[in-house]
Amino acid sequence: MSNWLPKSAAGRRWLGLAPSYFVIGIFMLVPMVIMGVFSFLEPNPYGGVKPVGSLDAYVKLFFEYDLEDNLVFNPGYLNIILRSFQLSFGATLLCLIFGFPVAYFITLQPENRRNLYIYLITIPFWTNLLIRTFAWIIILGRGGVIETPLLWAGIIEDSLRMMYTDGAIAIGLTYSYLPLMVLPIYASLEKLDFRLLEAASDLYANRFEVMTKVVIPLCKPGIIAGCILVFIPCIGAFIAPNLLGGGKKLMLGSLVQFQFASARNWPFGSALSMLLLSAVVVVLIFYARAAKKREAMEGTA
Amino acid sequence: MSSVPMENTTSPRKSKKALPVGHYRGLASWTVVFFVFLYLPIVVLIFYSFNANRMVMNWGGFGIDWYIKAFQNDDIQSAVWNSLVVATVATVVATAIATVGALVLARGGNFRGKTISLGLITLPLMVPEIVTAVAVLIFFAAIGLNWGLGNVIIAHTTFCIPFAFMPIRARLEGMDTSLEQAARDLYASEWETFRYVTVPLLMPGILAGAMLSFVISMDDFIITLMVGGAGSTTLPVYIYSMIRRGLTPEINAVSTLLLLVSIAIVTAYWIMSRKTET
Repeated sequence: MSNWLPKSAAGRRWLGLAPSYFVIGIFMLVPMVIMGVFSFLEPNPYGGVKPVGSLDAYVKLFFEYDLEDNLVFNPGYLNIILRSFQLSFGATLLCLIFGFPVAYFITLQPENRRNLYIYLITIPFWTNLLIRTFAWIIILGRGGVIETPLLWAGIIEDSLRMMYTDGAIAIGLTYSYLPLMVLPIYASLEKLDFRLLEAASDLYANRFEVMTKVVIPLCKPGIIAGCILVFIPCIGAFIAPNLLGGGKKLMLGSLVQFQFASARNWPFGSALSMLLLSAVVVVLIFYARAAKKREAMEGTA
Repeated sequence: MSSVPMENTTSPRKSKKALPVGHYRGLASWTVVFFVFLYLPIVVLIFYSFNANRMVMNWGGFGIDWYIKAFQNDDIQSAVWNSLVVATVATVVATAIATVGALVLARGGNFRGKTISLGLITLPLMVPEIVTAVAVLIFFAAIGLNWGLGNVIIAHTTFCIPFAFMPIRARLEGMDTSLEQAARDLYASEWETFRYVTVPLLMPGILAGAMLSFVISMDDFIITLMVGGAGSTTLPVYIYSMIRRGLTPEINAVSTLLLLVSIAIVTAYWIMSRKTET
């Protein structure tokens, strides 16, 4: 039956991996390389590219041509990029502040109940993000769930205008990726030896010190992993800025989509994607370094 | 670390006010707030789907009119059909590819290129979705591939592979090889061992991977929006176009149904994985 299989272990290995290499290589890796090439070409006004090399797409990130064809500094796109980073950092921080105590609380529960909590945290994550973000329009919007009772009770007199603000985007991003913060922190807290906390307490550490000097340093890998898992999707987010920012408060992700759907400037869109990709690579390299350093330290200890 | 019996040194718990070490006040209420935040949108969404009014935000009494309307909407029906076709094909192909890949990476020992292979398979998890979407769009345009729904299926298969791969690999790594060795000792051929021992043992992992792929594919929005053409609208893309046209409870009704499907699948997965653990 298995005569057609290669005899050597190496042959079988590559036969098993070949489909993965084929699909992900051709439909993911090659496209990203082509995208990189496209970012150095000239745009075709009807979408697509002309086979002419050009750095215009990258120049456009910082400069524009004025009426006399001089390059002048244009902070417009830079501001969008900066806002994307600010909002992503903000959302990551909110996730950490909001999620850490919850992860810690779950660790303190008996084991069967822990699984239930984890299940409840993952459920929203597996449901459609678009739908869950849309629900925030009903909550935050004019005449929505928050405003209506406040208006009715006379606490506020006019709409709070919560929609289409950076705050609304930050809430949407925090909400979208909160489970990605809680789960890795929980995974590292679960391994925590609680006797260490009592040892610290016996050595006259107060509650605050037990937390900051024992618990947090020991679950740092989980915290870092959580922050990265939240930050990466935030920086490329499209749904939250589009629905809750109303398309006026752009972020990198929506700017990229705009270049392909409406502006028809493929090289510029590719250049923005490359920027996004390099931000992710920098974050991942930072993570790999931190992990290696930790391993080295644990090895010598 | 010394092996002093720490249990004896636990601070006295008799006084009602003192919390044991490691416990903090307010953790439970913080967690309650957290879960309210996490589930409020879902509850609101489902609640307003029963709004009889034309406008989502103006409550006009209880009614299931919008569910009936959604079921009669031809566009929604074809979007649901497209979503199901894409998710089914992508799930089957991605799970098959992930299974053979996981067998090699979990059982093939250490070999050169293992780390790179692992990195490649999990690549779709690391790259922001919008970048994947744009890259695939450019690629299809560059090679002139225009298969409509086929393009969407190819894109979905690619990003479903890591989601199928992870539970299968986890299952393989937790599996005892002694049963397979016993089968080989009893003169089962390699193929028979694989077919009658490995595959049945691995089945919970394969099913879990397939379920995750299916849910991920059904939920994908941004990649389908970019890659899909006019005739290949899936349900999330259709919901997006509905939101842009104006907010009616019909969106809530369709969304609620999609939500319930996802929750049902994930719950089934959860129950299954708990059963296999014990």
